[in-house]
Amino acid sequence: MASSETVPAAGQRARGLAPFLRSQMRNIAPFLTLIFLSGFFAFASPSFATLDNLGNILTQVSVTGIIAVGLTFVILCAEIDLSIASIANVTGIAVAYFTLQESYVNIANVPLPGVAAILLSILLCALLGLVNALGLTVIGIPSFIMTLAMMQIAAGISALLVRGQIAYKVPDLIATLGSGSIGGIPWIVVVAAVMLLGGHLVLTYTRFGRYVYMVGGNREAAEYSGLNVKLILGAVMVISAVCSGIGGMLGVAHFGSAQQNEFDTYLLDSIAAVVVGGTSLFGGRGGIGNTIVGLFVLGVLNNGLDHVNIDSFLKILIRGLILLAALIINVYAQRLREKAAE
Amino acid sequence: MPEGRSPILELQGITKSFGGVEALRGVDLALYPGEIHGLVGENGAGKSTLMKIIAGVHTEFSGRFLIEGQETHFRSARDAHAAGIAMVHQELSVAPDLTVAENVFLGNQPTNRFGLVQWRRMAREAGEQLARFGIDVDPMSRLADLPIGLQQLIEIARVLFSGARIVILDEPTSALSPPEVERLFSTLRRLREEGTSIVFISHFIEDILRVSDTVTVFRNGRKVAETAAATTSKGALIEAMIGRGGEALEHSYTDDLMLPRPSDSKVVLKVDRLSLARSLQDVSFEARAGEVLGIYGFMGCGQQELSRILFGKLKPDSGTLAVGGTPKTFASTAAARRAGVALVPESRRAMLFHQEPVYKNISISILDRISALLLKPAQERDIAKRQVEQLQIRPPVVGLDLGMLSGGNQQKVALAKWLTYPPKLLVLCEPTRGMDVGAKNDVINIVRDLRAKGLAVIVLSTEPETVLSLADRILVLKRGALVREFANEPVSKDRLLEAA
Repeated sequence: MASSETVPAAGQRARGLAPFLRSQMRNIAPFLTLIFLSGFFAFASPSFATLDNLGNILTQVSVTGIIAVGLTFVILCAEIDLSIASIANVTGIAVAYFTLQESYVNIANVPLPGVAAILLSILLCALLGLVNALGLTVIGIPSFIMTLAMMQIAAGISALLVRGQIAYKVPDLIATLGSGSIGGIPWIVVVAAVMLLGGHLVLTYTRFGRYVYMVGGNREAAEYSGLNVKLILGAVMVISAVCSGIGGMLGVAHFGSAQQNEFDTYLLDSIAAVVVGGTSLFGGRGGIGNTIVGLFVLGVLNNGLDHVNIDSFLKILIRGLILLAALIINVYAQRLREKAAE
Repeated sequence: MPEGRSPILELQGITKSFGGVEALRGVDLALYPGEIHGLVGENGAGKSTLMKIIAGVHTEFSGRFLIEGQETHFRSARDAHAAGIAMVHQELSVAPDLTVAENVFLGNQPTNRFGLVQWRRMAREAGEQLARFGIDVDPMSRLADLPIGLQQLIEIARVLFSGARIVILDEPTSALSPPEVERLFSTLRRLREEGTSIVFISHFIEDILRVSDTVTVFRNGRKVAETAAATTSKGALIEAMIGRGGEALEHSYTDDLMLPRPSDSKVVLKVDRLSLARSLQDVSFEARAGEVLGIYGFMGCGQQELSRILFGKLKPDSGTLAVGGTPKTFASTAAARRAGVALVPESRRAMLFHQEPVYKNISISILDRISALLLKPAQERDIAKRQVEQLQIRPPVVGLDLGMLSGGNQQKVALAKWLTYPPKLLVLCEPTRGMDVGAKNDVINIVRDLRAKGLAVIVLSTEPETVLSLADRILVLKRGALVREFANEPVSKDRLLEAA
């Protein structure tokens, strides 16, 4: 009997490169996709592989990137947040609402000093995240449904604030970070990079980050280990909302206006970035590194399709198909990994 | 059995092995029409394996299998079903959100010629069938709204009325209250008169003796006795189940073992009248420092629920527990952990992270002691290495994914999680289940070591050997109530079984 105890060790040593690659498929597949897409567009269009265009791509994925930081936490916990785009929108509108607008903007707004406007807006998105958190953990509403309701609630608040109008002015700090640049690099890219880096550091090097992975990996085991699972789930919902809010504020500055339904496409884009990057929808696997690759895949795809001569209506279909392929790989990779672990 | 009647089912020399381990060795069994055949034996004696062969779940075995004298070989459970064999498993397999009538007719609802379900007919027939069983419920009520015992009766009714000629019941009475057991038995007797053959498996020997015509005893994959129920006794059956003299590799605990005088050290846990609907009734006890308290009972006796309540995973309906401080119940597992309680549940899957390395599994419960904000992986690995060495976990590689370890070693990791900063109270559920002898001994030594360090340890098990090999004091839990305490007195396996 004792000899059977050593079999797994021998098995481990005997494992070759192929099983290793299979277990790493979720990390490798998105990277190969990125290389393939970049190669394809570079070949198809001379204007694609230029330094200028790289800057374009980076700028184009920045807002998605900022929102995707928080969403990565949520998906790592095997939950979902469908309210990210709406919360981004309402936070962007709020920061404009608290800023003095030009006289032709017909909004009954409440002008405040810039710092107060920013803090109030962040407080707003944090509060909305807290509502998500309470619904999920205290009442026990599945996150899919809870955040679906929050999507409507946030959209409703947006509608009430702007009443169909468009606001333009945001506090100076937000305007600079959203549309200014430093040494040729847009500030929004810097912010996105800093937030992605921050998210990565938290997930990799802090106790909280470890808890996120463990709760996502096996929620029951986390509970039997005496972790406060509800607190961790609540925290990721708040983090997601705050990241969305920051993305929303900078987005409004970047686009130059704040209005209803401005961020609608960011819901799908952010989820796609996280999932295409290889973070497991079942939780516990992946991370910010995957999200970054996912962002680039989406960025290259969106940007590249503009560079090649293609029916712009077909673009939507192509994006859908690429997302489907990524989902298939995601689910398949999970299965391969489970097999490799057996 | 009566002369001149031929068996409806006959098994001859059935042998079945799983990966080189023989679960059944040359078993013969004959089942006659209109007979209730009781089956007893310890966990792992081979009862369930044999029943799964009869029900077509296991199709690979050697030996002869005859139905009404015809040699038969089932290829699937569907074949067995077609031959009129039905089985009620120990775990409920009902659809809780469907109505009672839908559950009774699950899979064969009456339909009209358009393929639409005839609801009124279904409700009426379900009501009639259940009434025969002495169950008076509205057939259109949702099953989940009924008490568990009633749900189980309805599931049994479904199988009994499916027209099967041979019905196998695996532990049907463990979740039933005495009047429900009575109802079940009167229905079984009626079915017997109608010619149905019933195999009745139970740990409750009184139940077996009350309802069976014949009783067969299994031990270590062999049939060791077959006798008419009227001519045997509980004591005789227990003796046959356990067997005198050593067939077993390890201490078989058939002789009396003297329990020590109860310790008068500090009370670590005081449980006061815990009750939980249909699981626990007024359970009160104390656990002391430096003492291993064993809680023994059959499957479904409420042990699992009790362990969950102690660790804050489950809330009792009433009652309190006190760990050192004031009496309360824990709001969460995190609160229980902070109060110094640790739990190792019976299922390793429930408490380990199979895709994470060993060291992360070991450190997860103590991370807040190691690091405030930033992780200290080097220290985590050191701690894990010490535990791996101490508990002799193989292979001794803390970076290996947990899923690569064997079951016994995973169980040790589950223990190791709690040992770096020992809790005040350690609750172990089935700590040696499914382990080989070597690993079992390791676990026994670890627990003794912890007791010496002054921990209060509670061991809950459905295996008498586990409790006997570890405990200083033993409580017996029967259908949710504590019925017997063994302390400072001789105890043995048959005394335990007798009490349960």
